Amino acid sequence: MSALLSVAGVSKRFRGLVAVDRASFEVARGEIFAVIGPNGAGKTTLFNMIAGSLMPDEGEIAFAGERTDGLRPDEICRRGVARTFQIVRPFPALTVEDNVIIGALLRTSDTMQARAKAHEVMRQLDLFDKRTRQARSLTLPDRKRLEVARALATAPQLLLLDEVMAGLRPTETDRIVAILRELSAQGLTILLIEHVMRAVMALATQVLVLHHGAPIALGSPAAVVREPAVISSYLGAEAV
Amino acid sequence: MSPVLEGVPKRALVLIAALLVALIVAPLFANDYLLTILILILYFAYVGQAWNIMMGFAGQLSLGHAIYVGLGAYTSAALYVHFGVGPWIGLLVAIPVAMACGAIIGFLAFRFGVAGVYFAILTIAFAEFARIGFDHLRFVGGSAGFFLPVAQYTHNDLWNLRGKPAMFYYVILALTIAAFLLCHLLLRSRMGYFWLAIREDEEAARALGIDTFRYKMAAVVISAGMTAVAGVIFAFYYNNLFPEQVFHISRSIEIILAPIIGGIGTLFGPVLGAFVLTGLSEGMTELLYALGIDVPGAKQVFYGICLLVVVMALPDGIWPWLARRLGLERRT
Repeated sequence: MSALLSVAGVSKRFRGLVAVDRASFEVARGEIFAVIGPNGAGKTTLFNMIAGSLMPDEGEIAFAGERTDGLRPDEICRRGVARTFQIVRPFPALTVEDNVIIGALLRTSDTMQARAKAHEVMRQLDLFDKRTRQARSLTLPDRKRLEVARALATAPQLLLLDEVMAGLRPTETDRIVAILRELSAQGLTILLIEHVMRAVMALATQVLVLHHGAPIALGSPAAVVREPAVISSYLGAEAV
Repeated sequence: MSPVLEGVPKRALVLIAALLVALIVAPLFANDYLLTILILILYFAYVGQAWNIMMGFAGQLSLGHAIYVGLGAYTSAALYVHFGVGPWIGLLVAIPVAMACGAIIGFLAFRFGVAGVYFAILTIAFAEFARIGFDHLRFVGGSAGFFLPVAQYTHNDLWNLRGKPAMFYYVILALTIAAFLLCHLLLRSRMGYFWLAIREDEEAARALGIDTFRYKMAAVVISAGMTAVAGVIFAFYYNNLFPEQVFHISRSIEIILAPIIGGIGTLFGPVLGAFVLTGLSEGMTELLYALGIDVPGAKQVFYGICLLVVVMALPDGIWPWLARRLGLERRT
């Protein structure tokens, strides 16, 4: 079976700076694929290219067998790729429920149906009891879950998560890990950027390590963390 | 309960019903002076509602809405004077003309990423183009003005919109009610949700699959079309049109005051704002007259101070505060 997402030789330069340097990898259906690396390694740039917020300077990105580089973010989302933002961007003045309904309205024009879908997703992400609250009044962990809920409501095949666990306490991290496992078990493919190694080790089936925009390691979490290049550039010697 | 009413508190329905009855029977008790004030209030409530679609729902600040009023007014007036086409048929031309103008402004702005205050400036620029352009348009009188024939009418001719204030009152009341209902339905539709998403965070909206260009265009076009209807009524009510007045930026500002004071993005805001503003303005005139104060500009100063107080005390507008006070917040 061909990969759900394939990234082939993708590069992105910002003036002189090479943010992503010929990155190539494939994400198979049902996988939880993690991208890790030090700050400034180009993870978010890579992510933005997959989601359509940025155009790659070279290389190809294909989703479900079709080229998607060059498409607008909304077109990519309609094809089944949903994303979260590293710095969360809820619709602040709207309620939690309305935030999620907007995501669900991508697949139906019937607001009643969208509401039902939103309720289902909010239950899954422990947001149901907070559905009447304004998004701006939520705590950071809740906002992060809302970000995931809104993306999930668009019924994606591939979910792109940009550091949804950053800034969370360990118990909250574990809760999100459990939720993501559950979603994965339901057949969702997940690509996540993460600094929280505890979550990466618990979740990922494949890990890609970026350093200065270039991939330096790719493999299972257990194998990747033993690579000398990864240890020296990212994890630090004490992690061994 | 029907989906239209779902989630609307009972007390709100009672309030709406009471207000409606009061407005419907008003001409029986009001003299012509009071009636002209009520017409003015409903006019501002209507155009405020139309403007609110763009700013309150979709978050696009238009400071040139006078252009749509003017296009509606001039189109229908020209059809009437030159071709004998009545206002209701004229509407069918005036609305598409304004919509096309809105589409051009929207396309130029949204295709090339003009947003925020720059978009607002673009809308002002277009209204100014229209003002200067119509000044030189001989066909509709140029800067000397364009006049509809006025005569003493013994009866109300609804078909040609020639008649007494009471007739205009009911026409504009019907329009205001229709605009209110339309906005209510729009806000609860898929498009309404998408507009709110765009207003709140356009990039996040795009990431959720919303074609923001398309929905922003829809907001401008719908708002422009609705505003043009007010222009048609304006032309047939006042019977005279001067580019310097119709397209002037102060007209655009007047349009946006009611929704801002009443509450941007709310359904009741434009209506409440229109009542408060026009009531305040007219009340001030009466009060100063009664007190024998005859200082030029005194009214404007008091009016300005009142607005300042409202904006500072209630930055979200009067309606959100009043709704909380009355326990009329929406149940979810």
